Amino acid sequence: MGLKSKDLVGIKALDAADIEQILDTAAGFKDVLGRDIKKVPALRGKTTVNLFYEPSTRTRTSFELAAKRLSTDVINFSVSTSSVVKGESLRDTALTIQALGADFIVVRHSCSGVAHFLADNLASSVLNAGDGTNEHPTQALLDLFTIREKKGVIRGLEVAIVGDILHSRVAKSNIYALKKMGAGVRLIGPPTLVPDVLKDLDVEIYSDMEKGLKDADIVMMLRIQVERQGKGFFPTTVEYFRNWGLTPERLARAKKSALVMHPGPMNRGVEIASDVADGMRSVILDQVTNGLAVRMAVLYLLAGVKE
Amino acid sequence: MAAFRIPKGIPVSKVLLNKEDIGRIITRMAHEIIEKNKGVSSLCLIGIQRGGVHLAGRLAARLEEIGRRNIPVGALDIALYRDDITVRKEQPVVRRTEVAFEINNEKVVLVDDVLFTGRSIRAAMDAVMDLGRPSAIQLAVLVDRGHRELPIKADFVGKNVPTSIDETVKVEFEEDGLEDRVVLEWV
Amino acid sequence: MKIVIKNGRVIDPSQGIDGVCDLVIEDGKIKEVKSEKSKGKSQGHENSRGTKEIDASGKLVFPGLVDLHVHLREPGYEYKETIRTGTAAAVKGGITSVCCMPNTNPVNDNSSVTEFILKKAASEGACRVFPIGAITKGQKGEELAEMSIMHEAGCIAFSDDGRPVVDSLMMRRAMEYSRILKVPLISHCEDLALSAGGVMHEGLLSVTLGLKGIPSQAEEVMVARDIALAELTGGRLHIAHVSTGGSVALIRSAKKRGIADITAETCPHYFSITEEAVGNYDANAKVNPPLRSRKDVEAIKRGLSDGTIDVIATDHAPHHRDEKLGEFDFAPSGISGLETSLGLSMRLVDEGVLTYSGLVEKMALRPSGIIGIDRGTLRPGAEADVVVVDCAGECKVDAGEFLSKGKNTPFDGWTLSAKAVLTISLGRIHEWE
Repeated sequence: MGLKSKDLVGIKALDAADIEQILDTAAGFKDVLGRDIKKVPALRGKTTVNLFYEPSTRTRTSFELAAKRLSTDVINFSVSTSSVVKGESLRDTALTIQALGADFIVVRHSCSGVAHFLADNLASSVLNAGDGTNEHPTQALLDLFTIREKKGVIRGLEVAIVGDILHSRVAKSNIYALKKMGAGVRLIGPPTLVPDVLKDLDVEIYSDMEKGLKDADIVMMLRIQVERQGKGFFPTTVEYFRNWGLTPERLARAKKSALVMHPGPMNRGVEIASDVADGMRSVILDQVTNGLAVRMAVLYLLAGVKE
Repeated sequence: MAAFRIPKGIPVSKVLLNKEDIGRIITRMAHEIIEKNKGVSSLCLIGIQRGGVHLAGRLAARLEEIGRRNIPVGALDIALYRDDITVRKEQPVVRRTEVAFEINNEKVVLVDDVLFTGRSIRAAMDAVMDLGRPSAIQLAVLVDRGHRELPIKADFVGKNVPTSIDETVKVEFEEDGLEDRVVLEWV
Repeated sequence: MKIVIKNGRVIDPSQGIDGVCDLVIEDGKIKEVKSEKSKGKSQGHENSRGTKEIDASGKLVFPGLVDLHVHLREPGYEYKETIRTGTAAAVKGGITSVCCMPNTNPVNDNSSVTEFILKKAASEGACRVFPIGAITKGQKGEELAEMSIMHEAGCIAFSDDGRPVVDSLMMRRAMEYSRILKVPLISHCEDLALSAGGVMHEGLLSVTLGLKGIPSQAEEVMVARDIALAELTGGRLHIAHVSTGGSVALIRSAKKRGIADITAETCPHYFSITEEAVGNYDANAKVNPPLRSRKDVEAIKRGLSDGTIDVIATDHAPHHRDEKLGEFDFAPSGISGLETSLGLSMRLVDEGVLTYSGLVEKMALRPSGIIGIDRGTLRPGAEADVVVVDCAGECKVDAGEFLSKGKNTPFDGWTLSAKAVLTISLGRIHEWE
C-alpha cells in the first residue's frame, strides 16, 4: 500500500487506483473524526509546514487540523504575494524550510506549476494546496469522497460543473479526477470562462444552463471572482446570476436526487441562491468535514513513500 | 547415520492446530474468560484487525451460548498507532475501527490471533484508550509464540508454541475462505 | 597570409556553387573558389611558405552565417551576456555577423550607444557586430529616435524588438521616415492586449497547465497591420520571429500581391519544437512569441521551403540561470540560440525542407542582402567569413558547455547531426573538436 510519488502535485499524475486508495483510506480517517478523541499518533515526530503565498483560511485550516490530528507538528509560513517578486526566491524559501526539517510542505501559490517546481527541487513531500489556475487536488479528492459517500459510486454519474472553469483549479482537478473514475462531465458557463478546447478532454460544454443541468446527478458550483466583471468576462454579477446562478427552478432540471456542491467560500446571490445553498440537496458542509479526512489520508499515505 | 537434509530456500510447514483443535481451544478460552471475570456482565470483546476480528466473533458466540447474554464485539484497526510507521517501507492499510458500543467502565478483552513481540498489543491498548476508559483490559490470543520485546503477557492463551525467530506462525480462518488451521512455517 | 580550405563541399548560393572545391583566402579576403577541374593546373605553386592548409574532406564549407536577430545584452545586462561572450558564442555556432537588438540599458536609441557597442565589438568581439537602433526613443513608442544619425553611426536596421510599436500612426510615420535611409524596420508583431499576461501558446495545453495563453492571433493581428502599413507607406518591413501558420499565410499573400517590400524571419525553435516542450513548467521553453502547435511548425517549414520566410535568425535571448529557476510566470522569455541554430537548421536539409544552398541563403546571403552588407558570400574579394561544418558525426547539446553566458535552452541534451568545426572570423581561425 502507498502512493507511487512522494508528492501530491496534481490529479493529472494519479491513476484510478491511486484515487481509489486515497478515498478508501480517507474512510478510515472519517471514523477517527467521529470519536471523542480525534487525534491519532500515526505521524508523531513529523513536521508539516504550510507554505502559503496566497491568503487562505479554509484550506490552510483544514490542512493544519489534518496534520495535527495525525500528531505532526505544524508550522504556518505565510508569504505575501507582493514580496514574491522582490523578496527571497521561491527556491531559497523552500530550501530554508526543508533545512528546518519539514517532512511535508503544503504549498499554495498564485502561480501555476509552483508545486511541481518544489516537488522537483525538494526531498520533502510536497502537497499542492492550489497552484495558480492549475490544480487543487485535495479539493477534488474530497469532492469525490463526498460523492462516493452519498451516491455509493462515481462511475456512470453525470456531473455538471458550473462557472469559471478557465480560472478554476478546483474545476480542473475535478475534471481529471471524475474522468479517471468514469463519470461524465459537463461544463457550464459563459464562453469567456469555458474554453472550447476542453472538449478534447471528452467533456460536454454548455453555455445554456438549463440544457446543461438536465438529468445531472451532481451540480458542482464554482466561486465567481467578482473582480472578473468589468474585465470583459461577463458584464455584471447581476447578469451572471441571471444566466448561470443556481436557483431552485434551475436545479429542478437536474435529477431529483441530485446533490449540490460548492468548494466555498460562496457568493450567495452571485453563483448560487441561498435557498439552494441551504437546501436539502446541499452537501456543502459535508465537503468541509470530508476535506479533513481526505487530507489526513493523503498525509498518511505520502509518509509511506520512501524515495 | 545419514542426515536428512532440507533443501535451502523451500518453505517447510507443519500444522500445529486443525479445525477441531481450534474449536476446542475456543470453548476452553470462553470458559476461562467467564471464570476469571466471574460471569459475562460488563464484558466486551474487541478483535484486532484482521485475524483477531474473526477470533473475537467466535469467542463471543461461545460466550453467548454459555453466559446467555449478548456480548458486544468490536473490531480495532491499529495501523495509526503502530510504532514502526516511520521505518516501514510502505504504510499499513488503514482498515475500519468498528466499536459501536461504550467501553467506559467495561471490561475489554482484546483478542488477537498470534502474540509475538507485543508491539501490536501495545498499539491496540493505546487505540482502545482513545476510544474511552475501560475498567480493565485483558488479552486473549490463540497462539503465543514467544519472543516478546515489550513487557506484555496474555491473560488467556490457546496454545503456547515455542518457535525460533525465523519461523512464522500462520493462522487461517474459514471467514477468509480458507480452512481453519494454524501452521508453522520455516525456510 | 594565405589559407586554403581543401576538398570541402563548398556551398555558395551567391555564385551558384555546390561542389567539392578548394577555397583560397588571402589577406583576410576570399581569393578564389577552385573547382576540381581548375585545381590540377595550378597544383605546382601551392606549397609556398605562409600557406595554411585545412583539410575539409567530407565536410561542408559555407560562407559565415549572418544572424539578424541577437540580444547581446551589453550595455546594461552584462550578467546575462556581453559583447565578448555573445560574439564568441556566435562564432562557435558558425555565425560571423550578428545584428544586435537595441533593448539594452540604456536603449540603443542614440548614436552614443551605437558607438559604444561598435567600439566594444571592435576591441572584444570575435565577429562583426551590426547594431540595430530603436525605432522610438526608449522603445516607448512615443517619439521617433534619431534614425539617420544612428544610421551614420552604424545602425543597419531599426526595431523596438521586445515590444511592438503599439500606436499604428507612430508605426506609419516610422515606416515613411525610414524610406530616406533605405533600411528595414524590423517589427516585433504582438498585440499586447491580446497577449497580456500570457506565458505560452494558447490551447488545450495552456488551459490544463493553468498558464495564461497567447493566441496565435496576437501575432497575426499585428502582422496584418504592419503589412497594411507597409503597403500604405512603401517602407521596408522585416517581420521578426514568425511563429504561426496564420502569419505565414498573411506574408505569403502579401508577397503575392507584390505591393510592399516585405521580408520575414523565423527562428530554429519555431520549426524544431512545439508547445509540448513546456512540459512540466520548463521555463527554458518560455519564449516570446511562444512555441506553437505541431500545425504551426509544419506551416513554418512550408513557409521556409516556398520562400515566404526569407531568413532564419536565432532571436538569441540569453538569461541568467536564476531568472529561469522558479515560478514559470515570472521567468523572462527567451532562448539562448547562437550555439544550436546551425545544428537545428541543418535538420531542415535532412528532412528535405531546404537544400544546402537554400539553407545558406536563409542563414547568410538573404540576411546580408536585407541589411545591405557584402557578406554571406564566398565571392572573390569578399570578407573571409567562412564556416566548416561537420555533418557526419553526432554531437550532443550541452548547455553547460555554451560559450554564451545564457544556458537557457530547451535543447539541452539533444543530439544533433551537424555542427561548426571551424570558423574564420575577423581573420582568425577558430577550431573545435
